[in-house]
Amino acid sequence: MLVELLIVTALLSSVLVMLAPDEYAGQFAAALSLVPVAASLWMYSVFDGSGNALLAGSQPAFETVAEWITLGAYTINWHVGLDGVSMPLIVLTTVLTTLAIISAWTPIDERQSQFYGLVLFMEAALIGVFAALDFFLWFVFWEAVLVPMYLLIGVWGGPRRKYAAIKFFVYTNVASLVMFVGFFALVFGLGDSISSLGLPAIAQALNAGELGSLAGIDPPMLKLLAFIAMFGGFAVKVPVVPFHTWLPDAHVEAPTPVSVLLAGVLLKMGTYALLRFNFTMLADVARANAEIIAIFAVVSIIYGALLALAQQDLKRIVAYSSISSMGYVILGLVAFTPHGLGGATFQMISHGLISGLMFMAVGVIYNETHTRMIGDMSGMADRMPVTAGVFVAAAFGYMGLPLMSGFAAEVLVFLGSFQSEVIQAAPLFTSIAMFGIVIVAGYLLRAMQKTLFGPFRLETDYEIGRAPFQDIAPLIVLLLLVIALGVAPDLFYKMIQDSIAPMVELGELGGGA
Amino acid sequence: MIPLQSADVLPQWTALAPALALATTALVLFVIDSIDPDSMDSGLLAGVSTIGALASAGISGWFLVAGTGMSRTGGAIELFGGQLVVDGMALFFMFVFASVLALVTVASYDYLEGQPHQAEYYSLMLLATTGMALMASANSLATAFVSLELASLPSFALVAFLKNNRGSVEAGLKYFLIGALSSSVFVYGISLVYAATGRLQLAAIADVIASGEALDPGVLGVGILMIVGGVAYKTASVPFHFWAPEAYEGAPAPVSGFLSSASKAAGFVLAFRIFTVAFPLDVITGVAVDWGVAFTALAVLTMTLGNFAAATQDTVKRMLAYSSIGHAGYALIGLAVLSGAADQSFALGASMMHLLVYGFMNTGAFLFVALAEYWGVGRTFEDYNGLATQAPIACTAMTVFLFSLAGLPIGGGFWSKYFLLVAATGASAWLLAAALIVNSALSLFYYSRVVKAMWIEEPDGSFEVSSYPTGLYAAVITAGVMTFLLLVGFGPVSATATDAAAMLF
Repeated sequence: MLVELLIVTALLSSVLVMLAPDEYAGQFAAALSLVPVAASLWMYSVFDGSGNALLAGSQPAFETVAEWITLGAYTINWHVGLDGVSMPLIVLTTVLTTLAIISAWTPIDERQSQFYGLVLFMEAALIGVFAALDFFLWFVFWEAVLVPMYLLIGVWGGPRRKYAAIKFFVYTNVASLVMFVGFFALVFGLGDSISSLGLPAIAQALNAGELGSLAGIDPPMLKLLAFIAMFGGFAVKVPVVPFHTWLPDAHVEAPTPVSVLLAGVLLKMGTYALLRFNFTMLADVARANAEIIAIFAVVSIIYGALLALAQQDLKRIVAYSSISSMGYVILGLVAFTPHGLGGATFQMISHGLISGLMFMAVGVIYNETHTRMIGDMSGMADRMPVTAGVFVAAAFGYMGLPLMSGFAAEVLVFLGSFQSEVIQAAPLFTSIAMFGIVIVAGYLLRAMQKTLFGPFRLETDYEIGRAPFQDIAPLIVLLLLVIALGVAPDLFYKMIQDSIAPMVELGELGGGA
Repeated sequence: MIPLQSADVLPQWTALAPALALATTALVLFVIDSIDPDSMDSGLLAGVSTIGALASAGISGWFLVAGTGMSRTGGAIELFGGQLVVDGMALFFMFVFASVLALVTVASYDYLEGQPHQAEYYSLMLLATTGMALMASANSLATAFVSLELASLPSFALVAFLKNNRGSVEAGLKYFLIGALSSSVFVYGISLVYAATGRLQLAAIADVIASGEALDPGVLGVGILMIVGGVAYKTASVPFHFWAPEAYEGAPAPVSGFLSSASKAAGFVLAFRIFTVAFPLDVITGVAVDWGVAFTALAVLTMTLGNFAAATQDTVKRMLAYSSIGHAGYALIGLAVLSGAADQSFALGASMMHLLVYGFMNTGAFLFVALAEYWGVGRTFEDYNGLATQAPIACTAMTVFLFSLAGLPIGGGFWSKYFLLVAATGASAWLLAAALIVNSALSLFYYSRVVKAMWIEEPDGSFEVSSYPTGLYAAVITAGVMTFLLLVGFGPVSATATDAAAMLF
């Protein structure tokens, strides 16, 4: 019942905040959003799930199954439950939502109650995405995330917000449709061997090789086509080069708190879905095509980093760096080693925190300076020492400074992919990917040097002061979390490992391909 | 379970209570009008109509739950020598008509403020709905035609209700001319079928055809095709759709919502019953035309044309009118796939579900347009710019309607479209499945234009929302809540629809 409680609390909060007057909406929303935070932390502390929720022999925590709708031969259930992969993501969602709400107090100055209401609505949908274990339920939440995001970018965004919002909406909806078609080809191919649209049932049936042919396409081909459709659909969300072009527009135009959630949680929907669908249900196809997927990953890492290197806008730099970081997740996943899969999952959490932190820091600077262009300012450390300090710390976290979560995540991914027996020439791919870190260091150091250090220069007609406490507080909290996870990755890594372990062998025996 | 309409509980004729409630309310309205012909007391009239509509919806809902006319309580109840029949499908559609009517009458309370002839308006609406309820239970071609006319004639007058508005009058005339033409096509088709079989009762027609005594397959085939034409007119399907955009655009917005939801559903229930009972595919195939092919073609053409035309419109009301043609195409899928469907009752049930959900979301969307007209907001997409800054709650409801119409999982439209997709793929009707997917994707484009205008664009200050009309708001929000609840609680709806459809096979 706890998962339902989380979702219902967030939904109710959303309604209450929508009805609240604009003056207090921000504080009210932050206070209400503490309930899901507390609940999710409490759930984390009593978490007793074991195994991977989609595979046999697992015991998801907080599981509920209730019949919802009967659909011809299939039953659609309300089926939610958490395992070691989804639990950390839910904690990430609730925590980041609260921090994003607080960080919105300064920049959001119109239609506040609608803004915070939509953010809370999105939180409910995001929790649903990570907790749902039935395809339909999952899809309902998956699509439900898009609508508030579209409005958040479109209403409160920057000058080109309409273009960015429409682009985001069209890209992700077309992607959903492609994915939907791919997935349903599998469901129809499975025919009578499944009686519900539960993800565990489908994953287990697929891994047991029960796929039949559909419309004259034989099972191996059907699997491959479905894999391509689903990979394509999710790749837009992640995003993987060359499906990334919506991301910089969306990020640059979105207000900072929305960017925090977009980079911090929404991108993880894509990698989470890849992990659940492509790499669990169709593990054999993923193995057979590991090199191609690894190429996508490495291209994303390097190309994303190079794009970031070419930017002059701080927010664009952070946005492009996300593409690069998400490449590590894909590389870790396709390695099919304990460290690779675990590191990839850990990177989702770590990147969620660090990129959220970076966006917030950029946002705080922007709140004061009203510019994000590198060339417009220098020596900001002189006027905004705390913000600058956090920015530097976050950047080092991004580069993988030991004792910060980014280090743990990247080391695990590289270890995992280096040892991979699935990818041919794994060391080669790994070493190219590691070169990405150098570029990351390059663009982040350049950006910091130009904006934060040196003599103070900014052409404004007003005095730049320190950022208000309400802007700084979420930064500090996030930074502490990043350090905590860097010092003690086991906080999450243990449960992740437990859920990832059954996936390592998956598809090895060649279920049908 | 003891059947509700058994000797001990209620007499048989009470099964028609939903229709009788509507007819009685119409008569009560006449009485009120004759007592005080010059009354402008719209509260009384709207209140009585709404109570009648809610009573009708309540009774049909109660009967559905109690299982009246369902196979579990002894099967369909035939009345008047088999001229009318009350079964699950009839009650299901009576529920749809009465719900739509209730929404529309509540909304009309504000919309008609200061208009003359309000009593006529409400009684015409009640009479039209009575006709639709009878269409749902018509069991012979004769009653089908009479009830079709009872539903149509008041509709013509309703479209032209705003007598001093040229658009309204022109729309009424167009609607009337095409309606008269289509009715004559329909009745000519009936006469040909009668000529070939000598029967008017639906089941009897099927018996004659099955026995091989039918006069001439050619005459029968032409008759069936003409009946398809008559039905296509009522459902606003290609090629008899020309009246729809004009009529919906010119009519007062609540009437547009009423016609495009309830009247369309009435056309469908007639089609469902005539084609599955009088011309069942296993009987008709090889004798006369295979209407499954005809409906496949109609479905693909209708949804494609409706959606493409909707995408190019400039005014919101006309866009909704074309989108309503597109939705007729979706609902036709249920009939089109019957021949190949593994589970026929599921296929037909999917269409019924879609029409139910459509009743709420489409009526809601038109009522939102009525709300905008009430405020003096213009007709084009641009005129809606920034409406959400002044009316966020109504705009939230409109967003739910539009995304649900597009098939996003934010309202019941997601389920019904998905069930139609399953029905199409289950029958290996890949063309229909592909058309459904492509058209749904396309529809998202033009629906989201309205959402974009309302929420994202800046208001240009051309309108000022000064009052919040209670009736219109209540109707729009009720429809929004129902659309959302249908997403969550779709289970009973799909079960009822499938059970009800199963009785026809």
